[in-house]
Amino acid sequence: MLTPEEYRQAQDSPEFTELRRRFRRFAFPMTVAFFVWYLLYVLLSTYADDFMAKKVFGDVNVGILLGLAQFVTTFLITQLYVRHAGRNTDPISDEMRNRLEQHEYAREKPAAGEDTTQGATRA
Amino acid sequence: MPDTLGLDVTAADSTIGEPAINIAIFGAFVLVTLVITFRASRNNKTAADYYAAGRNISGTQNGLAIAGDYLSAASFLGIAGAIALYGYDGFLYSIGFLVAWLVALLLVAELLRNTARFTMADVLAFRMRQRPVRMAAAISTLAVCLFYLVAQMSGAGGLVTLLLGVTGEAAQALVVILVGALMIIYVLVGGMRGTTYVQIIKASLLIAGALVMTVWVLGKYGFNLSSLLGGAEETAQAQTAPVDVLAPGAQYGATATSQLDFVSLGLALVLGTAGLPHVLMRFYTVPTAKDARKSVVWAIWLIGIFYLFSLVIGYGAGALVGADEISAAPGAVNSAAPLLAFELGGTVLLGIIAGVAFATILAVVAGLTITASASFAHDVYASVIKKGDVPPNGEVRVARITSVVIGAISIGLGILALQAGLNIAFLVALAFAVAASANLPTILYTLFWKRFTTQGALWSIYGGLIACVGLILFSPVVSGDPTALFPDVDFSWFPLKNPGIISIPLSFFLGWLGTVLSKEEPDTDKYAELEVRALTGIGAEKAVEH
Repeated sequence: MLTPEEYRQAQDSPEFTELRRRFRRFAFPMTVAFFVWYLLYVLLSTYADDFMAKKVFGDVNVGILLGLAQFVTTFLITQLYVRHAGRNTDPISDEMRNRLEQHEYAREKPAAGEDTTQGATRA
Repeated sequence: MPDTLGLDVTAADSTIGEPAINIAIFGAFVLVTLVITFRASRNNKTAADYYAAGRNISGTQNGLAIAGDYLSAASFLGIAGAIALYGYDGFLYSIGFLVAWLVALLLVAELLRNTARFTMADVLAFRMRQRPVRMAAAISTLAVCLFYLVAQMSGAGGLVTLLLGVTGEAAQALVVILVGALMIIYVLVGGMRGTTYVQIIKASLLIAGALVMTVWVLGKYGFNLSSLLGGAEETAQAQTAPVDVLAPGAQYGATATSQLDFVSLGLALVLGTAGLPHVLMRFYTVPTAKDARKSVVWAIWLIGIFYLFSLVIGYGAGALVGADEISAAPGAVNSAAPLLAFELGGTVLLGIIAGVAFATILAVVAGLTITASASFAHDVYASVIKKGDVPPNGEVRVARITSVVIGAISIGLGILALQAGLNIAFLVALAFAVAASANLPTILYTLFWKRFTTQGALWSIYGGLIACVGLILFSPVVSGDPTALFPDVDFSWFPLKNPGIISIPLSFFLGWLGTVLSKEEPDTDKYAELEVRALTGIGAEKAVEH
């Protein structure tokens, strides 16, 4: 069990700042991007039906193609995230977890027998 | 084309196919899953076993189970039917249901796995005052589960007329009771592990069945999407009420209100998934956050591919069966996929699809019941009522009792909803709207906003929940419309059927307002712990060794 002090030390460490930055740098802009793109698609389908009904080839129209493009981008973002996490966040996260388990973030020795368990969120 | 089907669908009490085959295939599914459930029950010793399958489910298995949990009868029968009748507008549903998974993947799944134990409230109450936040989270969990459960249960009752050859309110009620009883057995005996296996089997059957139908339909059109779309449009124009099934607007384009209603629904769909408690609970069944990531990746691919199949099945039903025949069949819009199965492969394929449809309902309701009972036992009973002072396994005992009670309640409400003719798709949409309004804002604030306080969480959860349910109460869904629950009275003043466009931003706003107005300081120690645990996985619950 880690002390609140250890968590604070870990949170303030440069490697954690980097981990958080790397996580957010991908997750936040990507969330905005797919959300805007989805909203755009919904709004086009709702208010620009003439445009969406334009035939591109055969009986396939813009609406169907943009809808299928939503599937493609969803799959693409999924795989991009897996790659990003594997390359950029997992290594820091794994290393920090190991160091936390060794109590390397404790400035002072953790007080023996001190119980920091609060609430039911801890086992 | 419809006349060559060789069956009379105009009579209200008619069924298609051979009920004996349908029942046999469904019975086989029940038998196999019951055996597996009883075998799974041997390892149900601790709370982690019962609620989270000992956290021993692999990422791949969990991805299948998530697909099994998520692809409800509304997804399978409802979307295919909506595409068959309204074409493009039905397709829009499936896109919202799929894109929504990116919220879960990018922002929620791994962080949740690292910080919580069993329920959504675990993470929401992590750095807040425990009891009020747990209570609020439990109430909204129960609300979402109940709306969803009632939808599935009454859907099961509606299906039987079409598939099993039973008619009449009593017989439909009997089927709802049977589904409810089976669901209770799965949850009571098998716990989360049993439920997981049921969902894995169901997802495999569902995706395999949809694949067969997709290839079959495409084969009829020379594996050319354009010809299929052309066929669907041609049949649609020959119906008594021709609609343009290739362009948007057939279902929602009528008025400015219905257009806004659609945007509102789209918002609830994309933001609701990552706030559905039964989806969140599945993330706790894997050993690590990396497995949680892997399971969402699997789920996204499986669910996406399934919805692509639905597109072909829906347009295939529109082209080969036709909107008139689907609307006239018992089950109406929900009968599109079964009718197409009969058209393609006769009684055997219909029997398989019918069996799969029932399996679908069973797996989803089991997942909902275990989530609702876990939330009551873990959050309300153990934390709020007993203040954490519960004997070992007392919590699981309460969860088991709760699952029976919730099963009974949902059987009762399901029968009532069925007899009131409540629209299933609407109930599911409502569950998504509540999840998006009451749950998601608080989840995101908790994980990412340092200053967020207990008051902010409570305002956001209760505000979102009350706004959502309240607006529905005063919408044309409940009164003042021929299709309303109470068509003879009119106390409606909110014009939209989907409240999301108001209630979701309102909940985000209330979470912010409650926080900036609160007198208490945020617990920065707990936020440090939450953040470090969420991103590094230190202190995360470990898998149970057997």
